[in-house]
Amino acid sequence: MTIDRLINSIILPGLGSTLIMHIVSCITCFVIGLIFALILATTNPHGLNPNRLVYGIVSTIINVLRSIPFLILLIAIIPVTRAVCGTIIGTKAAIFGITVAASPMVARLLESSFKEVNPVLIEAAKSFGANDLQIIYHIIIKESIPSAVTNLTMAVVNILGFTAMAGVVGAGGLGAVALTYGYQNFDDLVMYSTVVVLIILVQIIQWAGNIIYAKVK
Amino acid sequence: MIEIRGLCKKFGDIPVLQGIDIDIMEGDIYGLVGVSGAGKSTLLRCINGLIPYEEGSLQVDGVEISGLKGRQLREFRSSVGMIFQQFSLLERMTVLENVCLPMKCLKYDKKLMMEKAMKNLELVGMADKHKALPRELSGGQKQRVAVARAMASEPKILLCDEATSALDPNITQSILELLKEINRKSNITMVVVTHQMEVVKNICSKMSILSHGKLKISGGVEDIFLNHPEALSELLGESTEFPREKGKAYIEILKSSDAGKNTECILSALAIQTGIHFDIVWGGLAKYCDEVAGNLVISIDDAQSEQVQKFLSEKQAGWRLLEQKGGERV
Repeated sequence: MTIDRLINSIILPGLGSTLIMHIVSCITCFVIGLIFALILATTNPHGLNPNRLVYGIVSTIINVLRSIPFLILLIAIIPVTRAVCGTIIGTKAAIFGITVAASPMVARLLESSFKEVNPVLIEAAKSFGANDLQIIYHIIIKESIPSAVTNLTMAVVNILGFTAMAGVVGAGGLGAVALTYGYQNFDDLVMYSTVVVLIILVQIIQWAGNIIYAKVK
Repeated sequence: MIEIRGLCKKFGDIPVLQGIDIDIMEGDIYGLVGVSGAGKSTLLRCINGLIPYEEGSLQVDGVEISGLKGRQLREFRSSVGMIFQQFSLLERMTVLENVCLPMKCLKYDKKLMMEKAMKNLELVGMADKHKALPRELSGGQKQRVAVARAMASEPKILLCDEATSALDPNITQSILELLKEINRKSNITMVVVTHQMEVVKNICSKMSILSHGKLKISGGVEDIFLNHPEALSELLGESTEFPREKGKAYIEILKSSDAGKNTECILSALAIQTGIHFDIVWGGLAKYCDEVAGNLVISIDDAQSEQVQKFLSEKQAGWRLLEQKGGERV
């Protein structure tokens, strides 16, 4: 196999599918994770509006989803994936599966960042008459940005791993390339090329995360 | 202005405040004093509704705080500024943004907000640092910014929760001077929670001492320090007693704003005019707001006690005879 065919016909198309899956999954996971994290942070016993029932339900859902290994979860939610996406293979179905699996992780990571905000700051905001939404935006979210950047960088790397694993169940991308050429056809060149590309992607993500952290700190 | 009657607060089953009665007048700088866990910070947070109370009444300008909910409570809180021991500045915002934040939450016009924020920063001497981040400031500068932020919504009450406890003595002095100046200029009522006696003496005109959630004593600062030292012993961590000998009489001569008219040269007059020899065995002077006051205890032979008492009464000095035996005050 020529290098040209390796790059243009195998690696680049796989990389393109992986990037689409990864970027869209990150966005959906961040949005859903943020909503759940805010619910957890505000309803916990020391939060703005403690609510044992809501906190218990959301916390349990997150724990259940996080307890199931990613590949098993992808297979277990196939009926739901089919109902929502109309298919169980391809990028769209993989994004749905990754979102279900990774959103709880993002929620817990953001919750831990929100918990790091000094409670005295929240008390100060209450003391000058801020309402709950103002406290969430100006204090909880804004003050936890540096910690959230660190945690979300970790989440982005994990979600990249999920996109590769999703290749096993027909998602395409670099995971499918490595599986088809490397595992099934014993093509070491393709196999290790995908590994190198994934390593470079992780390095870029971590480097970008470090730069953003330094800027927002 | 602030009227507290029979206030009770529990955390779970543990009583934190029990039957507190305090009156704070407009323009007062009022000290709430007590050891750690006495309930003073909880009481302070009851005043601006940060902590709800179970029993009793707490009224500010006739409004019962426990009756305020939601928007009404938030509006009330905006009329009560608060500063904290750890400054509570948002680390990712500049000094100016920190001062603007309360006004932003109250939806002030942007131009007016900037003008007021800069005016407040000028008041606390921090206008030149308006672009700095809190981490670039010293502890004293941070507290000045916190004062500017607390004053942003032009509150009628300023609550200070151990505001100088994390600062060194010189910086503490400058923050106290700033608070006194703000009180003088705007006649704002201040409630100062502290365990630092120097802070109370320096800034407060009245005080209450809390102990284990109960009110131990309330009154004028000078009066409590000079006439009720036993109430302060838990706070000072030292005995107010001194060694006494048999056959000696001990007379405490008071120097205070209302202790007597002739206190300036009383000791030298006593020595010269009566010829009686005495030892100064205890006492000290301190500054209470703008007055210097204190006490000096002299020891004399028992036989000369009556003569000294007569002399002091004639001179209209503030004085009292201390018990000679057992170490108990009269």
